[in-house]
Amino acid sequence: MAGGDTEIGGRDDRFPSTRMSAVREAASGDEACRQRAIGTLIAAYWKPAYKYVRLRWKADNEQAKDLVQGFFAGALGRATFARYDAGKGSFRTFLRHCLDDHVRDQRDAQRAGKRGGGAAVLSLDFAGAEAELAHLEPRDREDLDACFQREWVRQVFALAVDALRDLCAAQGKQGHFELFRRYDLEPDPGAPPSYAALAAAAGLPVTQVTNHLAWARREFRRLVLDRLRELTGSEAEFREEARALLGITFEEPRP
Amino acid sequence: MSGAWLSDAAIARLRLAAELPELGSSRYEVRALLGRGGMGSVYLAHDTGLGRDVAIKVLHDPAPGSALLARLQREARLLARLEHPGIVPIHDLLHLPDGRVAYVMQHVQGARLDQHLAGERGLEARLRVFLKLCESVAFAHDRGVVHRDLKPENVMLGRFGEVLVLDFGVAHAAGEPLERAGTVVGTQRYMAPEQARGEVERIDARSDVHALGRILAGMLAGAEPPANRPLRAIAAKASADDPAARYPSAAALRSDLEAFLSGRPVSALPETPLDRLARLYRRHRVAVWLVAAYLAMRGAVLLTTGR
Repeated sequence: MAGGDTEIGGRDDRFPSTRMSAVREAASGDEACRQRAIGTLIAAYWKPAYKYVRLRWKADNEQAKDLVQGFFAGALGRATFARYDAGKGSFRTFLRHCLDDHVRDQRDAQRAGKRGGGAAVLSLDFAGAEAELAHLEPRDREDLDACFQREWVRQVFALAVDALRDLCAAQGKQGHFELFRRYDLEPDPGAPPSYAALAAAAGLPVTQVTNHLAWARREFRRLVLDRLRELTGSEAEFREEARALLGITFEEPRP
Repeated sequence: MSGAWLSDAAIARLRLAAELPELGSSRYEVRALLGRGGMGSVYLAHDTGLGRDVAIKVLHDPAPGSALLARLQREARLLARLEHPGIVPIHDLLHLPDGRVAYVMQHVQGARLDQHLAGERGLEARLRVFLKLCESVAFAHDRGVVHRDLKPENVMLGRFGEVLVLDFGVAHAAGEPLERAGTVVGTQRYMAPEQARGEVERIDARSDVHALGRILAGMLAGAEPPANRPLRAIAAKASADDPAARYPSAAALRSDLEAFLSGRPVSALPETPLDRLARLYRRHRVAVWLVAAYLAMRGAVLLTTGR
């Protein structure tokens, strides 16, 4: 703990969640379960992985596309997940090291004149990921570890926003999502709306706007935590990510 | 597999949205996160009923019946008891729909003491701020409350020069049960040795005096003109390792500092004849210079006229 922080003796606590860790499920013997888990991991990691390969390995977009396809479609086997030890570090770091190994192996094989064994093609929007590279800042190119982490956070939040949009649509709460979008997601940078302005625009009482926003934020928070639960391999890692992403701490003084 | 690109600004807003306390149909509208501490987060909010900004401290843990919950409620009640211009006033206690507890307090616009010091090097100005801080702490001590976490980050200077003590989250009021022996409460850099050792039963007003001594030492460092021996002695006495060697109270510390500022001897430094001369010179500097000028003039007249 930094010298400037207030200390209060604390004990560990747990976050309730119904989600399973996709990291652990990906190592399971149940193939359907494993494929589902890998799909979850791919959704969260393919964009950070693509950008990382472009920057770290200076691969052009076609090479990066092939390397990432190969990594997620083939190299990321059950044995890989079985090797992961949650006590030794975060899954994100582990996966990045696996990606580095994969790229290194592929480059070695290429130099030796061997051709890769045609990996299954995943339906991923590489053109979109390529366009996003333009948003990267100079700091991203200087510290690739931090860049990988930031891009992962970006993807986790983006997936949670998508999930919230889907949830609102499924429950007929598109108005809730619209309020969330206008107030929290994409407010007018010149004049962020007040609750009163949103209420006037939507023809709702202000109390309803605050209730709708509170619901959307609560669901968004739950969806982010669900994603984190899936993408982490241990309770400790989950707590650490929840603290880093949402500032959630569940510390209590010792009894 | 979608996931449309989100800007850094959007990520920051979403983080805040996910953290934001639910204030239900209360009259408060949360605007921004001001800071995050061990117990909870503090938000800037707007009181739509009264049309003013307020600060809301919200507990992290939504678990009902948690020790932190009791602590925050106690802090709110304690602040309500400490009605003083130098202690941030509390306006309201809230029970949020998600089970969390929060309290509403004055939103102090100004700078934290550590930020203020970066722009104010004048020794006397710094000491005047410190005197006000001592006065607030002495008031809390008079009410039986020991802050236990005094540090520059917990002191705010308002727009009108007021000095406010914040964050009584780990304060202890006389008569309340203590933590288990061995529990360390406070901030390492400023905590007294008895606090650092977890000797909870030995923590009293003198532990706050120790923190004040550390704060004073920090305020003397880099001040213009540099602090002299009596001032350094005051800071050293306040932050002595042995509680018995410190000032018995913040009021006694304040009193010694006032003595220094008015040119009287300080209890922290037994005076040598030279110290006494230096002090008297500082106290009567103008008179000394007037007498010296007069004597010099008389001498010159004597030399030139022989009378």
